[in-house]
Amino acid sequence: MSVPTTALGLRMPNRRWLRGGVRVLLYALVVLVFVVPLWTMVATVFSGVPLKLGQVALLPRHFTFGNLRTAFHFGVGRGLANSAIVTGVGLFLQVTVSAFAAYALARKKFRGRALVMLAVLATMMMPEEVIAIPLYLVLGKVPDPLGGGDLLNSYSGLILPVVGWALPIYVLTGFMKTIPVELEESARVDGAGDLVIFFRVILPLCRPALGTSAVFGFLMIWDQYLLPLLVAQSPDMHTLTLVVTSLSASQEQGVGVRMAASLMLMVPSVVVYLLLQRLFERGLLTGSLKG
Amino acid sequence: MASITKAPKGSSGTARANAGPAGGPGHRPPARTRPRPPLRRIAVPWLFLAPVLALFGVFKFWPTIWGMYLSFFEVRPYLGNRWTGWDNFTAAFHDDLLRSALWHTVIDAGATVVASALLGFGLALLLEGPARHVRLLRTAAFLPVVTAMVAVAELWSTLLFPGEYGSLNSLLGHLGLGPMPFLSDPDSSLASVMLVQVWKSAPYDMVIFVAGLAGIDRQLYEAAALDGAGAWQRLRHVTIPALSPVTTIVLTLGLIRGLRVFTEIYVLTGGGPAGSTESIVTYVYKEGIQNNDLGTASAVSTVLFLVTVLLTCLTLWWRNRKEAA
Repeated sequence: MSVPTTALGLRMPNRRWLRGGVRVLLYALVVLVFVVPLWTMVATVFSGVPLKLGQVALLPRHFTFGNLRTAFHFGVGRGLANSAIVTGVGLFLQVTVSAFAAYALARKKFRGRALVMLAVLATMMMPEEVIAIPLYLVLGKVPDPLGGGDLLNSYSGLILPVVGWALPIYVLTGFMKTIPVELEESARVDGAGDLVIFFRVILPLCRPALGTSAVFGFLMIWDQYLLPLLVAQSPDMHTLTLVVTSLSASQEQGVGVRMAASLMLMVPSVVVYLLLQRLFERGLLTGSLKG
Repeated sequence: MASITKAPKGSSGTARANAGPAGGPGHRPPARTRPRPPLRRIAVPWLFLAPVLALFGVFKFWPTIWGMYLSFFEVRPYLGNRWTGWDNFTAAFHDDLLRSALWHTVIDAGATVVASALLGFGLALLLEGPARHVRLLRTAAFLPVVTAMVAVAELWSTLLFPGEYGSLNSLLGHLGLGPMPFLSDPDSSLASVMLVQVWKSAPYDMVIFVAGLAGIDRQLYEAAALDGAGAWQRLRHVTIPALSPVTTIVLTLGLIRGLRVFTEIYVLTGGGPAGSTESIVTYVYKEGIQNNDLGTASAVSTVLFLVTVLLTCLTLWWRNRKEAA
């Protein structure tokens, strides 16, 4: 006869209703602390009631799209478009080059493999925050592959530095190692070369890992702040993160308009997370446990 | 870009396949007869790695090395750089602003990492398990993690507005607590920034701990219960020891990340008021981009980089030793 336990192993108490009551209270506290602040953002954006500086709405009374419209009038549309371009192109390139690299690292034995792994690890210690100043100088020296000047104030400058990222390389390498060698060998017997094997055999099997990499890559590129701060000098190159901060710095707009810009920044990430939650949590564990 | 680099390799890759041990209908003899691998086989992995290595080279290694180099120069555009030895380092570390920035960064990184881990652990105990309502709550609590830091900072700068009309202050007013200055006072600004950081990172730690809890063998609890261990003793002697590897990772990675805190501080306070929330990276950004003192900024970045490398190596070394033991 085993003692009934919860997952943690706390024995079910006799005064169950009391414990239950405490639990519900704590649940309510979790919602109050982590969800209500985000909700006030939504409510404030759609609330037609004028608010003082520092005040937020709890309910969207006198429902209005006015704040959103004003925010779009002051550059949110442009920022959204820029962020979408940078994230779309950047994510595609990031996943592609990471998958290529992972194929070599997971499926090939070659001299220098350990050195490459070390180099990938080393890049994790070189985030934009640590190399901001020289990165800015490098961006001013490297020619834009799309033509016209250097990488400063260009889409290439916003995109290329985020394409090479260690995390998707780790996620994809780890996953590709689990694919049985027999599949690859039988394709090779049929006369398939490395590119054919990569695209026809390996990549289709990697779909879950590709999804995980894409979710993380999306959030990583979408949230970029320091890199656009260094690169995007003219307002028409500003990504949405920069638009949000410059809107609030101007102090001319009310709380509702500023929150509207933040909301536009938040909604895509939340949608991506809610749709692909399972992929996301799997990546979270590989990412944090493997370093 | 990547596909262009790869395109011409397609045909060679196909030909190379015939060199495999199975032989096949190829026009080349089987590889077994030639012990030295053909050049193609050496080249293939490097061609697949080429795009990533090129990007890392240009946007990671080049800036890192150049930054170290610039640390020893007075950087003068158009005039040529002047070698100054360790001057940039000594000047920077004699700057009171940087000294306080270092101090703030260490306090901030240490305290937020510990606080989020504790809160995350508490949340994990409360919200673990496969039940539907708990999963829903976990998902909801996780929303701050996926929300962009800029949006989070923007939201909280409104919620933490000083004066009794500020959102959080009016809530505190209902509880009979006086209005707090939060971000506007040098005495409370750093703590307020940390509050926002913990709010955003505790649910992240929660998910890690929930996964860790799920991996603990249930029989350990039952055995402990049969031995007469109470809830607290089971937590103390079963749960916490089982989670200690995960906890170490959460703490060390969080600490390393915390040392480069930038966005939330730059958006919430800009380093103020009166430099009370200045961090290493906000200092570097201001010195380098705004004051145009690239040498000093590079010197400070170089030190930050070396500390990061040191801490990472220590973590890896420690983890390997643990795994070996």
